[in-house]
Amino acid sequence: MNDTAFDQELDCKGMNCPLPILKTKKQVDTMESGQVLKMVATDPGSINDMNAWTRRTGNELLSHNVDDGIYTFYIKKT
Amino acid sequence: MSDQKKMALIASQGTLDWAYPPFILASTAAAMDMEVQIFFTFYGLTLLKKDIKAKVAPATNPAMPMKMPFGPKGFQDFEWPMPNVLMGNMPGFETMATSLMKKTFKNKGVATIEELREICVESGVKLIGCQMTMDVFGFEKEEFIDGVDVGGAATFLEYAADADIQLFV
Repeated sequence: MNDTAFDQELDCKGMNCPLPILKTKKQVDTMESGQVLKMVATDPGSINDMNAWTRRTGNELLSHNVDDGIYTFYIKKT
Repeated sequence: MSDQKKMALIASQGTLDWAYPPFILASTAAAMDMEVQIFFTFYGLTLLKKDIKAKVAPATNPAMPMKMPFGPKGFQDFEWPMPNVLMGNMPGFETMATSLMKKTFKNKGVATIEELREICVESGVKLIGCQMTMDVFGFEKEEFIDGVDVGGAATFLEYAADADIQLFV
């Protein structure tokens, strides 16, 4: 689960809604199609929000997992 | 994108707490590739000023919880039994409540209004000032941040008629 390859990493720990989404969007905009972003957050709302954001924008949420209050997302830019 | 969604917001309030919803929704909608326009009217117009001086108004928010942003968790979780309607009339209380709220937002990792507004502008959210209220309050366009357009009810309605989401805040 944790060995997903990624190209860029974004730390959104401690940030609250809507900052993790806004920072993710900003970072993904700088990436090439097919690249993967690893985003780490502590906002419990980020699971629903990242799902909604990827569905809406057409980017792919490869996987997400929760470990001791840390939410890790792998997002593939389409 | 051909199926791009559109959102039309009216921001009518100028207090710190009510400043958040329009800027949060607008910045997030833009991040979700939506086209967004916010129409600022009445007290909402003050959110377009270069220097935002928004405060919280405890007197008109009887349900606002009074909490401290520092100290041990039990102390922070404690809800102070202060009647907002009475306390809100005490000189200096509004300023204190405002700084406590700002401190709490910062502690909880919430962006400031200025940051959110900046992101809205960067991501192409269109900001419209209500001409009529500007005249009534004596606001000039020059007092607002760059990029603000000015219009009236018809300007908003024309955009809102084709929008997928319309909200009055």
